[in-house]
Order: sequence, then structure tokens, then C-alpha cells
Amino acid sequence: MKNFVGFVVLVVIGVMLLLVVQEMPTFGDINNPVHNEVAERYLEDAVKDTGALNAVSAIITDYRAFDTLGEITVLLTAIAALLAVLRS
Amino acid sequence: MFDFVKLWDNSFYAMAIILFLIGFWVMLTHSNLIKKVIGMNIMETAIFLFFVAIGYVNQGSAPILGREGVTFVNPLPSALILTGIVVSVSITAFALALIIKLHSYYGTVDADEIAQLRRISDDSE
Amino acid sequence: MRNIIVRVIARVIIPFIQLYGFYVVFHGHLSPGGGFAGGTIIAASLILYVLAFGLVAEEKRVPERIAQIIESLGAIVYVVIGLVGVLVGAQFLGNKIAGFPLGVPGRILSSGSILILTIAIGFKVASTMITLFNHLIEDEKEG
Repeated sequence: MKNFVGFVVLVVIGVMLLLVVQEMPTFGDINNPVHNEVAERYLEDAVKDTGALNAVSAIITDYRAFDTLGEITVLLTAIAALLAVLRS
Repeated sequence: MFDFVKLWDNSFYAMAIILFLIGFWVMLTHSNLIKKVIGMNIMETAIFLFFVAIGYVNQGSAPILGREGVTFVNPLPSALILTGIVVSVSITAFALALIIKLHSYYGTVDADEIAQLRRISDDSE
Repeated sequence: MRNIIVRVIARVIIPFIQLYGFYVVFHGHLSPGGGFAGGTIIAASLILYVLAFGLVAEEKRVPERIAQIIESLGAIVYVVIGLVGVLVGAQFLGNKIAGFPLGVPGRILSSGSILILTIAIGFKVASTMITLFNHLIEDEKEG
């Protein structure tokens, strides 16, 4: 019974998500709205602005370095929470 | 209802959805907490796959710049999803720590058995 | 897991995993990878060491104190490099605008603060991963 209800919920969610997927822009098209001026700016100016060839590295440690500081804080918080749980 | 040509074109997105549903199924139907964490990780992987697949360009190359005549994929989804991966690792570690404490307290990692034990201890008070 | 085959193969393969991890960290601005990926590879070699030789042997090689110091040092280096940008009058975590020398793109010693930040992230992620893993399997220390 529990499995049947779970299966019905799963099918409903799956059909809804797949209906959304077929309305999405075509996969890999260069004219998709995600490839906007932000990505162009990063790809064209990254070497000039940061000197790094790896565009992803340039984004995470230069353009959006503050975001990476947040990620480091998340790791610190994970250790703090883990110790608080395990040593209590 | 379904436009299968369009779904075939977007098969990467559809596969991410199917992976998401697999993880959701594991989380819904298994009462073992370790299996629930595994299902959560599968769902997170589906989200990462979906998000990174959005940035792909046909015949695109990895965004290592300084090469001429190459189309690069969008570097922004890859950079943003790093945050998600870090959060996923942290949440997994925290969930496993909670499961260790639950196991040492109740002697089981099964959610249904833990609920039953709690009901028994509530009744006896 | 204390099999002779596991121990011998782990002893052979761990230096190469660590070398690859350091390569990924130090080439983070030139090739695919970066601090997070390289740090995780280094941590994976240490986790393999724990699985093959046990937590007690690993504790002698990488004491918990050292891991904590490396971890805190990674975060502190990151913030200090960010504050350099504030001290010279530019924004927090600025690179070119804060006067870091960019160098020739394609060299190892280039791209200013990105290399330092990547190394800091790599060491911090490696020590974080190994600390999380050690604390999660701590109960099996006696076994």
C-alpha cells in the first residue's frame, strides 16, 4: 500500500517534470537564453582580466571569489556541526 | 501528451529527471536511514547533471581559454554547481553523524523501528 | 580489510594519487580541475591509507592537530589575500585591481591571487575531507 501510493506520487511528479522538459529550449543550441552576455563576457575577457586560462577557475576564485569564501565557511560549519553531534 | 522528438532532443534533461525520480523513489520507500541518505545523494547528482547540462553547446569544448577556432561551453553553470557539491558533501557528512548518534541511542538505523521505539517509550511514561 | 594485497597495492598507488592531486591543485588555473577537485583527490589518497592500514597508523602520519592547523590556515590565507585588496584601496578579493602581477597566461606562476587562493582551497578541502572521514569512522578505532 505504501509502495503503491509512493509509485502514484512518483508517476505524477515524473510526468509533470517531463512535460516541463519538453518545453525547455533544445539541448546544446548556441542560441539558448542561458548563453547570454554574462557567459560571453566571461569567455572573452577572462584571460585579460585574470590571467587564468581556465575560465571556471577564473570565475570561482576571481569574479565570484566571495561565493567561494562562503563555500569554505560551509565546510568549516560542517566540521563544527559534526563535532557538536558526535562529541556531545 | 508527450512530444517524443522534443524529448529525444532534450534527452540529457530527461535522463536527469529519471535519475531524480530514482533517488526520490529510494527516499520514499526505504525506511533504512543510510539508504535514505544514498537516495538524497542520487537526487543531488541528478540536479547537478541537469544544471551542468544546461550550459552545454553542441561541439563545445571545455572552457580552457587561449585556443583559436573553438566553441566553448558555458562556464557559469559549472562554476555555480561547485557550491552545490560542497553543500551536498557537508549535508551528507552531517546526516551520517546524526545516523551514528541515532544508532548508538536506539540500536537501529531503521526509521520505522525508531518511530515504534519512541511510541513505546512515550506510552510507558 | 587488512589484506596483504590491499596493503601492498595501497602503498604503491598512494604516492601517485597524491602527485596527481597536487598536479590538479597547482594547475588549477591552467587545466580542468582546481582547488576543490585536487583537494578531494589528495583526501581520497589519505582515506585509502586509513582503509588499508587503519586509523591508528594514519593518525601517526597526519595527526589531527596538523589537519586542524592546515584547515584553519587555508581559511585564514584566503581571507588575508582578500584583505590585501582592501589594504591597497581596491575591493575585497580583488586580483588585477589590487595589483597582483598577472604574469604570462599559460605559465604556472601567473594569474596573481588565483594560484594562492587555489592552493589554500586545495589544502583546506583535503584536510576537511580527511577530518570528516576520521570522525565518522572513529568508533572503529579499537577494531
